Amino acid sequence: MSEFRPGRWSPSVRIGASMLIVFVVLGVLGPLIAPEGVGAHAVNLDRMFAPRSWSHWLGTDKSGIDTLSQLLHGARSALLLSVIVVSISATIGVSIGMVAGYFRGAVDDVIMRIVDVLLAFPGLLLNIAIVAVVAKPGLPIFVVALCANGWVGYARIARGQVLSLRERDYVAAARAIGASHASVMFRHIAPNLLAPLLVQMTLGFGNVIAVEASLSFLGLGPQVDHTWGAMLDQGTTFLWKPGFRHYALAAGLSIAWVVLGANLLGDGLRDRLDPRQRGRV
Amino acid sequence: MLGVSVLVFGFLHMIPGDAVDHLAGGEATPEQREAIETCLGMKGSLRVQYVRFLGHVFDGTLGHQCPDPEQKPTVAARIAEVYPHTVALALAGLVVAVVFALPLGIAAALRRGSWFDTLAAVGALSGIAFPMMLLGPLLLLWFFVDLGWFPGPFETGAAALVLPAIAVGTHLMAMLARMTRSSMVEVLSEDYLRTARAKGLSERVVVWKHALRNAVLPVITVAGLQFGGVLSGAIIIEKVFARPGIGLLLLDGIAERNYPVVQGCVLVIAASYVLVNIVVDIAYGVVDPRIRRA
Repeated sequence: MSEFRPGRWSPSVRIGASMLIVFVVLGVLGPLIAPEGVGAHAVNLDRMFAPRSWSHWLGTDKSGIDTLSQLLHGARSALLLSVIVVSISATIGVSIGMVAGYFRGAVDDVIMRIVDVLLAFPGLLLNIAIVAVVAKPGLPIFVVALCANGWVGYARIARGQVLSLRERDYVAAARAIGASHASVMFRHIAPNLLAPLLVQMTLGFGNVIAVEASLSFLGLGPQVDHTWGAMLDQGTTFLWKPGFRHYALAAGLSIAWVVLGANLLGDGLRDRLDPRQRGRV
Repeated sequence: MLGVSVLVFGFLHMIPGDAVDHLAGGEATPEQREAIETCLGMKGSLRVQYVRFLGHVFDGTLGHQCPDPEQKPTVAARIAEVYPHTVALALAGLVVAVVFALPLGIAAALRRGSWFDTLAAVGALSGIAFPMMLLGPLLLLWFFVDLGWFPGPFETGAAALVLPAIAVGTHLMAMLARMTRSSMVEVLSEDYLRTARAKGLSERVVVWKHALRNAVLPVITVAGLQFGGVLSGAIIIEKVFARPGIGLLLLDGIAERNYPVVQGCVLVIAASYVLVNIVVDIAYGVVDPRIRRA
């Protein structure tokens, strides 16, 4: 891929990347630049549902907490959650997929059977089921729930790539000079997986945000201070309240921003890194 | 299918002990606690429990509700009562998605590079990114509160199906529109279309007869396979519209810690999903002879 010149990135990649960069910067800085706190101490029942004003750009919510501050804290939660979930899912999925594709045989059969069962299960339902059986939902169980089927996509991609890579001459050469299985897998095969994984991780990033929002909306969220999904829940509950529509809109558009950015970047990267897939969905 | 049942059983039997506490209340006697444990099917080894669970699946009750196994209807009865509403919603969502996605995608493909194509692409991307739990309430607000065109929450009639169906179907519609477009673009560049044009067929026949059938087939398949996504969406939309259905029942079950109900709902949704996938696979073979021979 020697023709890797920045000037040749498609608008899809550039717009998507810019949108995600804005999100990441706000996610990192969010709680620091937020005008007010959002914890229990910020509850102020004297100013419930305050309209937009200079002191509260986006007004306040049912507890009198500044909306803009909630959005910024929500960005931090969303960023943290997606980074954690995507890294864990990708690590687990790639390891499992590589083992399956490299060793083939019975290991492969068992792993692919598990993958098939998980794929035969509506994703969100699985997440709901896992979160629901736990008495006290919290961040850890939430991460587990999202990773439980999150790894499957990475495993399939890694396996597919390894199946073809392991037949290459350079792998045979590495084996011939006495490299161990582990060494072949990590030094010779793993680097070649990066491009397709990058695409999958970008798309997964947006997906985690969307699923988090869905679960929080259903009241099964990670219970960290403020998430966009929980804001949507509150916002839609009070949507009928005059002058309060912007609350749900702000949270919804934030979610849409990240998902859109991730999709644009992911699709663009896929077209760029794997031209055979160009134009397909 | 068996794998799915093991999965459902496995997850729902990681129920922590405090489920019993929750149902029994603070000052339950040991006997009461034991009755609840029996009712929840938590007695015996894991294997015994699983066999009992399968037994409930096959005797058609899906288990009884706790803590009063005798009084209330069985889980299956409760599900059967609301399930048709969910199926109607999912099907309506599917119809909305396909009916809007196909013309959009085809039109975009035929006018590739035009302003309409760009507009459709932007619209499709927004449709994918926009969260349906906001779209639902907004539809409700505009068409029920402001305009009063459609009935609001709690209703289940045909007119009340319109808004939830749009909310459920929009995401899939956006995906399908993109697929239709790329599939159509691909087909339009095939050799057999050049042949068709070369032998003097009118552009209309070429597009509608030769291109369309080949382009639409994979889209319909994906639509079928996305049924699971539509079902997941239905859970969210049922909450938004307070519309009776299996999703709302599931959420109620979770809130009440009524595990047999949760288990039953999850199993029924998963089973529907698997069943639809199998049907789509078979149907695809019937429609496209090339698959059958392969």
